[in-house]
Amino acid sequence: MHIPDGFLDAKVWAAADVVAVAVVGACARKVKGNLGERQAPLLGVTAAFVFAAQMVNFPVAGGTSGHFVGGALIAILLGPAAGVIVMTCVLLLQCFIFADGGLLALGANILNMGVVGSFLGYGVFAFMPRVHLWGLRRMWAGKGSLAVAAFAAGWFSVVGAACFCALELGLSGRYPLWGAMAAMGSVHALIGVGEGIITAMVLNFLARVRPELTAGFDAGGGAE
Amino acid sequence: MKRWLWGLVIAVAVAVFLSPLASRWPDGLEKVAARKGFLYRAEGKQVLNAPMPDYAMPGLRNAPVSTATAGFLGTIAAFGLAFGAGRLLARRRKSR
Repeated sequence: MHIPDGFLDAKVWAAADVVAVAVVGACARKVKGNLGERQAPLLGVTAAFVFAAQMVNFPVAGGTSGHFVGGALIAILLGPAAGVIVMTCVLLLQCFIFADGGLLALGANILNMGVVGSFLGYGVFAFMPRVHLWGLRRMWAGKGSLAVAAFAAGWFSVVGAACFCALELGLSGRYPLWGAMAAMGSVHALIGVGEGIITAMVLNFLARVRPELTAGFDAGGGAE
Repeated sequence: MKRWLWGLVIAVAVAVFLSPLASRWPDGLEKVAARKGFLYRAEGKQVLNAPMPDYAMPGLRNAPVSTATAGFLGTIAAFGLAFGAGRLLARRRKSR
C-alpha cells in the first residue's frame, strides 16, 4: 500500500507530511514518558519483523498480491504510540533505501499504515471484548478470544489504512473519491484477511512463549 | 542469549528464506491504480535515487540471492533504527 511519488497532488502530500510530523512528534513525546530502557530492544525486534514480513507478498484474488503491514500487531504489543514510532522507522528505511513509497508521499504513508494502522488496530483490539452481540459473550471467555480480537484488529487496520489512502487519492483528483474508496476497500478487505491471520498467529505464539507481552488482554471473562 | 534476540533471528529468517518466495503480482494499490488508469502518474516521478530499489541488492544477478541479501540488510537496519529510536526515547535508568 506504499504510495509512490506522483500519485498524490502537492496539496495532499504536503498536508499529509505536516500532519505526519506533528503526529509522530506527539507519539515520540508520549513514548518518551512510558518506555522502559529494557523495552528499547523490543522496538528494534518488532521493526525488524515488520520489515521482513512486509517483503513477503502473498497472492490474493485476481492477480493481486498483498503483504502484512503490522501496525495493529505492534500497537497491541507496545501501545499505539510506540506502534507509530516503529512503523515510521520501517517506512523511512523502505523509502530511503528500497524506493518503496515516495519521499514526498512519506507523510501520507506514515499516516495510513503507521498512524491509522496502529491506532485503529489498537482500538479494535481493545473494543472487541465489549462486543456482546449474539451470545458472543461466551466466546470472549474462551481460549480463542485473543485470536479473534487480533484478527479483527488486523483486518480493520488494513482496511482503514486503505480507505485513508483512497481518501488521499480522491482528494488529489486521481479518481472520484467514492470509486477509489470502493476499489481500495474491496481489494484490501481480502488482503486484510491475511493481515488478520498473521496478527492472530503471531500474538497466539507470543502468548505462549512470552505470556507477559500479552498479559494486558482482558477477555472479559473475569479471569484476570 | 537474550530472549529478544530470538525475535531478531525469526525476522532475519523470514527476510532471507521467505522474501524470495514472495508473490510478484502487483499489490492492492498498484492494481487499483492500473485498473483506474492513474498508474502512469508515478512514472519518472521518483524524487529519490534509492540504493536498492525493489529490494534487490545491486551487483547480484541471481534474483533470489539478491532479494534475500537486501532483506537481510534491511531487517538488520530496521532493528538498528528502531532500537536506536527506543534508546533515545527510553527512560534513563537511575541505578543498576
